[in-house]
Formats: sequence, structure tokens, C-alpha cells
Amino acid sequence: MTHPDEQQLIEYAAGDATRATSSPELAQHVGVCAACRESVEALRRVVAVASALEVPEPDPGYEGRTWRRVADELEPPSAGFTWRDWFSIRRVAALGAMAVLVIAAFLAGRYSPRPETTSTALATTQVRERILLVAVGDHLDRAQSILLEISNAEPLAGGAEKTVDISREQKRAEELLGANRLYRQTAQRTGDATVADVLGELEPLLVELANSPSEVPTSELEALQKRIAARGLLLKVRVLSSNVHEREQARTKAGNKS
Amino acid sequence: MTRMDDSDAAQVALVLGGDRDAFRVLVERHSRRLFRLAYRMIGNEQDAEEIVQDALVRAYRKLDRFESRANFGTWLYRICANCALDRMRKQRPEKDHREPARDEDLAAPGPLDTAPSEAPGPDRLVISAELGAGVRTAMESLSATERAAFVMRHVDGFSIEEIAKTLDLNIGATKNSVFRAVQKLRRHLEPLMSAAK
Repeated sequence: MTHPDEQQLIEYAAGDATRATSSPELAQHVGVCAACRESVEALRRVVAVASALEVPEPDPGYEGRTWRRVADELEPPSAGFTWRDWFSIRRVAALGAMAVLVIAAFLAGRYSPRPETTSTALATTQVRERILLVAVGDHLDRAQSILLEISNAEPLAGGAEKTVDISREQKRAEELLGANRLYRQTAQRTGDATVADVLGELEPLLVELANSPSEVPTSELEALQKRIAARGLLLKVRVLSSNVHEREQARTKAGNKS
Repeated sequence: MTRMDDSDAAQVALVLGGDRDAFRVLVERHSRRLFRLAYRMIGNEQDAEEIVQDALVRAYRKLDRFESRANFGTWLYRICANCALDRMRKQRPEKDHREPARDEDLAAPGPLDTAPSEAPGPDRLVISAELGAGVRTAMESLSATERAAFVMRHVDGFSIEEIAKTLDLNIGATKNSVFRAVQKLRRHLEPLMSAAK
């Protein structure tokens, strides 16, 4: 066997060699070749020295100090209304519960056999359905906008390994995730398979985006774009959005006639 | 990585139930370990403390997405690693792919003043300090992703698959990041280590 290249030796030294990069021949070669064995040992020494970077031990009050600073960030403001209100867990939970109740009422009304109702009750149901269709349609429009931006994103100029800033999409995905989960769960419970399926396909992508770093290498962006294209996700969201908007318009017309 | 213990699970449930102060227990339990990770990635105490705080706030806001069967410590670690990556990319994008530093760039000794040596005498201590400074410089020559991959692989002992998942890379790109990191460190450190022999 000829001498292995540097990558093979580094992977071998770190124990990261796989079937593709290692072989019994490689191990045998390192065993008998003094130069390669010395190289592996030198690599292990380099890794040992570099990983021995000493970390200063924080003072005993570190945990308490950290909590005080973190707690300040978690405190709701004493007055006024800011974006933090929207993102506090309690508020999201409360809004979510309200949304579920309203959506459940809407979908239950849609799928249940309707008894004779008074004109007032009918008008109320129609208004409620229309409001919900607007909300779901808006959610789908926003999701579609994120998908479009990701699909059309291009790497930043400069640098050998180009990266893409997806911080805006990341933030928007984070905002949409909770609502997406609520709409999907409600659709599942009420048997609206089309809505549940599309939102179910959208959800892992929103989770991935929300948890990504704000800049990703081009290779990762391309992999993401391929996944969106392979699943036809953009088209599915677009079709569903269009369908929801049609239903919304039909409700509006029906409301105007009654 | 240890498995999430019951008390972590209980605290998470309390926080999700609306008890914000229950998060304090989780902060106190995990912040020191997060600090070590952040320091290794960013290289200074003040930034490391801020990264830990950012990570904890981010974790609090995402707590409803935490899967209760998962390991809370690992979940926090991943959030912290990504916060550190974001900070490194914002702070020093020009350093992300720079060439190995020159000898004259070697900075004054930093917190790493230790070499893998036994009972150093005065001469040995000087060499150790130089090597320590060399390690810091060598680590700074790595891109954010390379540094994160190296720390996770060789300091915290994560598998390539775990690193790939944390950094949202594929397996090949992850192995390549670890490889490039070791390659750059070798070019910086081997001359210093030879001199120290």
C-alpha cells in the first residue's frame, strides 16, 4: 500500500476513519511504516495539546449572577407592550389555547351536521369562519414567503467557503412555528387531512430553520433548497393557500348575501 | 453527555406550567458547563458569559419545543454551541478562513500556560507559556465551524453524527471541518512542539 494521505491519517489518528477512508491495509501499513506511525503519533500529540486549552473557572457567584442577568431578560416589561409579550411562554400558551378553541369551534361547525339555526346564529358562524380562514390564509402566505426566500437565497460575496445569512427567515420561522403546530393539531383532530398533511410537512422545515445558526454554509442552503424542491413543498403551500383564500371569498360573498 | 435526569424533567415541566423561577434551577445546574464550552469556542471570559446568557434566554423561549424524552443538557449544549457560532461569525468574519498566523502574531501568554509535560522547570515553563500562546493563536486561526467541530469532537467527545446534528451539517462536511481544524492546528503547533522537546 502507498502512504496514506493527510486526511486518512488524521481520521485514523482521531478514530474517525470509516469504511470509506480506512481499511485493514491502512492499519497494517501504519503498523509497519515508521514514518506514518510517527505521523499518527504526532497528530495525536497535536490534538492533545490543542484540546488541553485551560478554561478559567468562574467565581463561586457565577451561577447566581447568570440567573439574575437571564431573569432580567425574561421579565415582562412593567408597562407598555413589546415583542417580548408575544414571545413569553405564558402568553403564547394563552393565545394558543384561544386559537385552538376558536379553530375547533370553526371546524366543528364546518364538519358537524347543522340543525336549524336562527339567522343571527348563522351570521355569527359565518363571520367566525371567515376570520379563521383569513388567519390560516395569512399563515400560509407567510410560510410561502419564507419558502420562496430560502429557495431563491444566494451566498454572500467573498470568502472561500461562502455563507448565507438566513437570520430573517430564521426569526420568521420561529414566529410561525407555534401557530403551525396549533393549526396542524386542530386539523388532525377534526379530520381535515389536506390541511394537516401540508402543515405536517411544513413543520420540520420551520423547526430546522428556527434552530439554525443565522448564517449557514452554501452547501447547507443547497441541501435545504433541494429538500423543499423534492417535496414540492412550495407548490403544496401555494395550492392550499389559494384554496383557503377561495373559501374565504366564498364565505365573504355568502355573508354579504345573507 | 449524561441522560436527562428526573429533576431536569420536573423543572422543565414546572417552567412550562408557568413557573418562571423554576428555570433558575436549570440555569444554576447547567451554566458552568455551558461557560466552558463557550470559552473554548470564543476564547475570552466576557464573551463566554454573554454567550451563555444568550443561550439560556433562547432556550427559555424555545422550551415548549423541547422534546421531554431528549437530554436537556445536550439540548442546551447545542443551543449554546449555535449561539457561540453566531457570535464568532459576527465578531470576526474576516478570520473565518484566514491563513495560519505568522510567528510574530503569537500573542502574550493567555490562560493556557500548560503543556503536556511533567514537573516543568523554569526553562520548561517558558516553553509551556509559548506553546500555550501558540495554541490560542492556532485556535483563532480556525473558522467558527472548524473550531466548534474540533471542540465538540476532541474536547467534549461527541460523535461525528452528534456534531453533524448540532451544527446542522452533513456527515461529510462535519468530518471535513474536524479534518481542516486538525490540519491547521498541526501546521501551527508542530514547529512549537518540536522546539519544546
